[in-house]
Amino acid sequence: MSQDDIGAAAIDEIETAAGDSEAGLGSVSRPVMLVLQILVGFAFMAVWYASSGTLVDSFMISDPVAVARKTYGWFASGEIYEHMWATIYATIIGFVIGSLAGIVGGVMLGLSPFLSRLLNPYIWAFNALPKVALAPLFILWFGLGIESKIALAAVLVVFIVFVNTFAGVREVDHDLVDSLKLMKASRWQLLTKVVLPSATSWIFVGLKTAVPYAVIGTIIGELIAANKGLGYLVQKAGSEFDTAGVFAALVVIAIIAVIINELVGLLQSRLENWKVVSR
Amino acid sequence: MIELQNISKTFRKNKDEVHAVKKVDLSIEPHSIVALIGPSGCGKSTLLNMIAGLYPPSGGKVFYDGEQVTTVNTHAGYMTQKDNLLPWRNVIDNVSLPLELAGVSKEERYERTRKMLAEVSLDGFEEKFSSELSGGMRKRACLARMLLYEPQALLLDEPFAALDAQLRLAMHDLLLKLWTEKRQTILLVTHDLVEAVTLADRIVVFSKRPATVTYDEVVDIPRPRDVREVRFTKKFRDIYNSVWEHLKDQYDEERI
Repeated sequence: MSQDDIGAAAIDEIETAAGDSEAGLGSVSRPVMLVLQILVGFAFMAVWYASSGTLVDSFMISDPVAVARKTYGWFASGEIYEHMWATIYATIIGFVIGSLAGIVGGVMLGLSPFLSRLLNPYIWAFNALPKVALAPLFILWFGLGIESKIALAAVLVVFIVFVNTFAGVREVDHDLVDSLKLMKASRWQLLTKVVLPSATSWIFVGLKTAVPYAVIGTIIGELIAANKGLGYLVQKAGSEFDTAGVFAALVVIAIIAVIINELVGLLQSRLENWKVVSR
Repeated sequence: MIELQNISKTFRKNKDEVHAVKKVDLSIEPHSIVALIGPSGCGKSTLLNMIAGLYPPSGGKVFYDGEQVTTVNTHAGYMTQKDNLLPWRNVIDNVSLPLELAGVSKEERYERTRKMLAEVSLDGFEEKFSSELSGGMRKRACLARMLLYEPQALLLDEPFAALDAQLRLAMHDLLLKLWTEKRQTILLVTHDLVEAVTLADRIVVFSKRPATVTYDEVVDIPRPRDVREVRFTKKFRDIYNSVWEHLKDQYDEERI
């Protein structure tokens, strides 16, 4: 489908949407909304394209055509895949490690009032640290390879998931726990049949919030010291005064973040189908 | 045998003290059905909570079969006023939960659960979630769940209050039928004197808060009882009236 086709279809849809405006703009159907979203994207790029070289020096902001050309060139030559893979790999592994640590920690402290009171000041002290500042330390510990990026992503993720899991475990309905205890449930059964399922929506809030942080952790690690990855591409393009290259790398990063976020959402709707039914 | 010795319970919130139960002595014979009746909010549920071992009494001791209850009493099945169904599980997985906890295979527990669901007329609702059920249906699911794992003693906290009259009679019938087979000890908290006389071997009347035992009457209507007809007998009326004489005092005072 060419760009004009989308534009024409979108205008049609806008008119039909305006026709039944009593229903309100909030009730616009999904395909219409998708078209509108694409339209907003094109409008933004049109403004960008028009202002590049007229309002703002094109050296500073490049322009969408140059960025698209650059991106296409990377994919056509295949050189981008190595960098994408490095970033995706570090992000996902870091995300998984950080999430697991956050969930385990949140459950343990959520179930133990003693531990949570004991560790409370240290946890908040750790949270107040600018964790990005740990990057040089991680590079020292884990080297220039992918391990230091994984560590940074995990450290950014862990606290967010921890706080949400902790809150979720604390919110568990104690009557439910009691009723299972009366049915002779073991501690492990209480955890798996009541505590974790009831904390699931809280945990997912944490996981979804944490996705961009995992990406940020990886990218920052790559910006500081790496020889591959999208962060490395950003840094390399910047040092070569190649603004189109910087933007192209950012576009690829954004797309990866959206895809990971969608995957987490998919997992959530799988695990929480009972909520959809109850609406 | 459930034995309460000089039980008191005081709840403290900041500086306020609420005396829920005061110096209650009560022995429940094994295999008997005992109805606890009294004004709402008088501390009957608190009593059941202590028998279930969910929290300790402030004074006195609870014994179950000669052993002091200090932790959760797993001999007792407890049906609370609130339906404690897991919202993320459908009916069949909720009701079969105690069997699942006991490690019964999926096939067997589904088979037994389906039978029990049919008894409480919930067949056809196996796949529904509790948010899709009416209040009465949830109660019946809870009842089915409790009956399924066959505890020695049943603690029922107004189990049939949310049901319509016809269904309530059917549940009374079911309860008595199952009791004839299994002979559990049943402690039934209720507001409904007709229900109490229909089902129980003995009725214990509590005062308004703090709950103390004000009256204790044996219901010697012969079993098996027809839950639909028994209320029209003379014996029923006599017992009803004599319990009501004591019960109504509690309500009169409350109204002032």
